[in-house]
Amino acid sequence: MLYSDKVMEHFNNPRNVGVLEDADGVGEVGNPVCGDMMKITIKVDETDHIDDIRFQTLGCGAAIATSSIVTEMARGMTLQEAVDITKQQVADELGGLPPAKMHCSVLATDGLKVAVDDFLKKSGRETIAGEVKSADPNFDPHADEDDHDHDEVC
Amino acid sequence: MYDGYFDYAATTPVDERVLEVMMPFFSERFGNANSLYATGRDAYRGLEDARERVASLIGATTPNEIVFTGCGTESDNAALLGIMSRYAPDGGGHLIVSSYEHHAVIKPAEWLAKHGHDVTYVPPRTDGFIHAEDVRAAMRPNTRLVSVMHANNEIGTVNDIAAIAAVAHEGGALMHTDACQSLGKVPFDVDALSVDAASFSAHKIYGPKGFGALYLRRGTRFESQLKGGGQESKKRSGTQNVAGAQGFAKALELIVSEMPAETQRLAILRDRLILGVTARLENTEPSVSGGERLPGIAPLLIKGVEGESMLLQLDNQGFSVSTGSACSSGSLEPSHVLLAIGCPPEIAHGSLRLSLGRFTTEADVDRFLEIFPPIVERLRAMSPVYTRMFGTT
Repeated sequence: MLYSDKVMEHFNNPRNVGVLEDADGVGEVGNPVCGDMMKITIKVDETDHIDDIRFQTLGCGAAIATSSIVTEMARGMTLQEAVDITKQQVADELGGLPPAKMHCSVLATDGLKVAVDDFLKKSGRETIAGEVKSADPNFDPHADEDDHDHDEVC
Repeated sequence: MYDGYFDYAATTPVDERVLEVMMPFFSERFGNANSLYATGRDAYRGLEDARERVASLIGATTPNEIVFTGCGTESDNAALLGIMSRYAPDGGGHLIVSSYEHHAVIKPAEWLAKHGHDVTYVPPRTDGFIHAEDVRAAMRPNTRLVSVMHANNEIGTVNDIAAIAAVAHEGGALMHTDACQSLGKVPFDVDALSVDAASFSAHKIYGPKGFGALYLRRGTRFESQLKGGGQESKKRSGTQNVAGAQGFAKALELIVSEMPAETQRLAILRDRLILGVTARLENTEPSVSGGERLPGIAPLLIKGVEGESMLLQLDNQGFSVSTGSACSSGSLEPSHVLLAIGCPPEIAHGSLRLSLGRFTTEADVDRFLEIFPPIVERLRAMSPVYTRMFGTT
């Protein structure tokens, strides 16, 4: 399994790391049990464009690189354009991902989708991203292991 | 040259002294050890000389008890499949393996389970060891073979094989141990451990890759898994790798003779590493700490960080390490070893196995201790859940 130079470049120098304290939308996806978790915060301007974006990710090299690149891709996009980013586009933008790492680009696009819908919900508008599994914000690492179906979660 | 190499449990460089004894057997003494003419006899002598030395170093009664193979995995496969198919030829045999075996044992055990045998997986306790009483509880009247690794490759615990073998023998079963990780690191003697079969690998002890051995106690019935020309006393067909055999014998001699001093040196470095990491970083701990452990393995849990991201960052700084995180293996499950000793998956994802060896120095350890904490702190700062999960910072 080899990472492309671009994956390594984003992993080593991730863009837009952090949290926007006055975010308009927050998306949190993944699960520490599966080894990766991502949080995206966005600011949206009055024309429904993503004005600013930050991410935090717990995960492998691919998880961090896909998070980083998706924030670069989404910045300046309309909300619709942002939720339309596909996992393949993320992978392509990074010069490809190893097959076992494709789920990382799903994490990144899902994080963005949840953030966009979160903004729309807060503004009392219709959501547009479709069904995405959001992270449980109250994740308790010590909760009963039997509570979650492993295969399904990861 | 090996400054940042902290993965000796994965593989080791071939020692120059080993390479030196191997070299003549490639182009010069190249004969087929099974040929009758002088060139063949010369290779044969090289092969049998290696066999005698290996036999004597592990306490075998005769050199015939040593079967040379292509790797440790082959030895493990041969032991399980070769013994079970002779002691329960029509299926219906019972096999006990520990649940934290290397996949080289787990996979053939699963294959046997799919082909008419019963398999019981005995888990380690949270101390990281397989307990003889737990094996006893798993024994059945039709148990034919018990296979428990001598030392675990991820956490370094050294099991009491003699006690487990006693349980197996009491119940009329044979005892196999995968000693790929322990050979040369802790004393290994087939009689002291009372094993009927044992697997070894050359590349874990500064010998060549692509060479292994299987000890089979005299009188142990065994079905060859490589059928052909009948080499290795009909136990493993295929033209023998004389260079490999010579390399393995030399490597074993060196590591056994250097063991007393090296064990102490490595244990000190290991503890320096474990104490250094845990003192410098909050929410870190060794995944096991008590009992007999391999001197060169420092198994660490770095909570709130994913293992592969640490591995890659360390690689950037010239350090080679292993992790039990799912992401490094291409599967979605973290290390089955860590899960087996009761480590929660979200913690197992942050495991780091540092393994030290012949060329590791105190300066290497200290350099690691300098560059590692900032890597962890940076990754934790990037995590959306570190504070939520671990409370501080």
